Amino acid sequence: MTVRTQAGSQAADTEQADEVIEARSYLRDGHSLRSWLLTTDHKRIALLYLIAITGFFVVGAIAAALIRLDLLTPAPDLLSNEGYNRAFSIHGIVMVWFFLIPSIPSTLGNFLIPLMIGARDLAFPRLNLLSWYIYIVSGVIVLFVVIGGGVDTGWTFYTPLSSMYANGMVVATVAAVFVSGFSTILTGLNFIVTIHTLRAPGMTWGRLPLFVWSHYAVSIIFVLATPVLALTLILLAAERLFGIGVFDPALGGDPLLFQHLFWFYSHPAVYIMVLPAMGVISELVTAAARKRIFGYWFVALASLAIAVIGFMVWGHHMFVSGQSIYASAVFSFLSIAVAVPSAIKVYNWTATLYKADISIDAPLLFAMDFIGLFVAGGLTGLMLAMLAIDVHVHDTYFVVAHFHYIMVGGTVTAFFGALHFWWPKITGRMYNETLGRIAAVVILVGFNLTFFPQFLLGYEGMPRRYHVYPPEFQALNVISSTGAALLAVGYLMPAVYLLWSLRRGPRAGPNPWGATGLEWTTSSPPPTHNFTEQPVVEHGPYEYPLAHPASRGDA
Amino acid sequence: MPDATSPELSPLHEPFHTRARQREADRLGMLVFLASEAMLFGGLFAAALMLRLLDPAAYAAASGRLSLWLGTLNTAVLLTSSALAALAVTAARHGRPRAAVAMLAGTMALGALFLAIKGYEWSSEAREGLLPVLAPAHFTSRFEQLFMNLYLLATGLHALHVTGGLVLLATAAFKRRTHEDTEAVLIGNAALYWHLVDVIWIFLYPTLYLARVNA
Repeated sequence: MTVRTQAGSQAADTEQADEVIEARSYLRDGHSLRSWLLTTDHKRIALLYLIAITGFFVVGAIAAALIRLDLLTPAPDLLSNEGYNRAFSIHGIVMVWFFLIPSIPSTLGNFLIPLMIGARDLAFPRLNLLSWYIYIVSGVIVLFVVIGGGVDTGWTFYTPLSSMYANGMVVATVAAVFVSGFSTILTGLNFIVTIHTLRAPGMTWGRLPLFVWSHYAVSIIFVLATPVLALTLILLAAERLFGIGVFDPALGGDPLLFQHLFWFYSHPAVYIMVLPAMGVISELVTAAARKRIFGYWFVALASLAIAVIGFMVWGHHMFVSGQSIYASAVFSFLSIAVAVPSAIKVYNWTATLYKADISIDAPLLFAMDFIGLFVAGGLTGLMLAMLAIDVHVHDTYFVVAHFHYIMVGGTVTAFFGALHFWWPKITGRMYNETLGRIAAVVILVGFNLTFFPQFLLGYEGMPRRYHVYPPEFQALNVISSTGAALLAVGYLMPAVYLLWSLRRGPRAGPNPWGATGLEWTTSSPPPTHNFTEQPVVEHGPYEYPLAHPASRGDA
Repeated sequence: MPDATSPELSPLHEPFHTRARQREADRLGMLVFLASEAMLFGGLFAAALMLRLLDPAAYAAASGRLSLWLGTLNTAVLLTSSALAALAVTAARHGRPRAAVAMLAGTMALGALFLAIKGYEWSSEAREGLLPVLAPAHFTSRFEQLFMNLYLLATGLHALHVTGGLVLLATAAFKRRTHEDTEAVLIGNAALYWHLVDVIWIFLYPTLYLARVNA
């Protein structure tokens, strides 16, 4: 804060005003544990989610570290075969259901949607708290599984492996995933109703920030896809526990039915992970470019298009399962079609940056990481959507690398970008931005070092889920494991300087980035009821440049 | 604002400024939830479709082991209960809370009757050795077992939803403020849920019981 060095009453006034803002903020509204654990304030619930999700990210990351350590050598030296199976299963299950799916919607979506549409809270505040508790119950079950030895089915629970042969706590794991589904269904329901009924006066559908549009699309998937997973898991649990089998081949049942039902949820789940990330990028790019988004409606409707088409592509996970070749051809075509709305978004972000007065802040660097990694993941996804190429690389590290580019390179990077962008709003404090920029670069380099070699490994034929491999694959595996270590450093850096900023960071002010959007018109951190008076919206979401006193001086 | 104070109306809760908007939100929330429930059963119907496509003749033959009469009776019982639920909503909207409670009681009685008939049906099927509960089952074919497994899971999941619906209806009937609410927010939502339970049965009935007709 340069203001502090200037002697005089102005500095003292600013300081005093800051104190008042902080005293009225949602963070100071009660300090007891009860005021947090029984809160119905969407902002506090978002922070509860953030803490829980970070914990699961660590659990999943430890499992990933075990995998990468074991793969340093072609021999099975660190883990037994069974232990390795359990490590990658826990890694997948925890990362997918306990980190990636709730990551952006339950934390930032929860925090920002009411602020962005000018509402006091989500439509059903108590339901929101309930969904956090449901998440915690499911999380406790999954921790119990981890401590109790885990499962060896992989995150996909394919039958009849999971229903008849697998060792370990399959039913408990399935129960955890089942319960967590209710949490996401309720969150999705809450978002849909909130966006429909609680928009501030003047906040028309055409003035919604794109972050809100993408959360609207993802909520539809939450509500319509998750119950299908719930049913699939009920059928699986009934088969394993009571022998009431529907998939059982011994009875003439078809295990492929499980795969159809599972992927009917789990492919849309990929869009659950990436759509909120795309919403984040739309906000980050426009704020850094200080320009209106290029093609607002195209970006908004592309989210819905991805959500809708995403329901009809599940069969591309089953090209080698023996399903009808005609079905495969249709699924292949529809999978390629998803590239169209995805590409619209990427082109429109690029066009928004074109000839803009760009400020290279940490959030923008994370957004650039996202765009690059998402394009790489998306293009390899197109390769995988081609029938012939998929047969060649099916179940190899090529697939592993592809979906990590989308989920880790895409979603996790966007999650960090969002955290850097809205951290001043959430906490009222600014972090060390130079360190933020360095972290963005370290993550980009570490990520590519980890996962690019896996494309090569997969193309040369290294199958996924094996920890013993021919020695000629060792060099690439060593590079990949080294990259994972660098990536871990990149992920740890923000943990350090963001936490440090809580105590020592300079006060952020209401609008540190000079961004549009209602959330930047209220104080940082916002008061309990978000706005001191009901906001009235008079223009679109990205009306730059800002003619606002809080607008950045160099704008 | 007059609409925040009148006692016979449902109370206004936090993020909302007007009762009309809150009512809209409550209704929309229930509809979205029902869409989610419909997808849950959608997975079951997909499984039934697949079984039937695998072996249409065996599916029809297995369907013949179910009691068509009990299934039909239950369909009539549930449809009637749904009609009573709709009448309860209308009565509440017209400011006749006692009639509304009577209709809700009728709905619940028929719902309980549905469960009783279903329970009787299950127990007689178990005695015939068609269900793998209580006594070991003995089937005439492997496919019959597959069909009965699906039948048990589908009707069991449906019965759970009937039970949940009964709890919801009871909540609506016992809260005084609820049935005196002329906007019928809670009664309306409970009735909506009950209609969904009914609609799912309307699809389960032909899928499971009437499939034999095609044989």
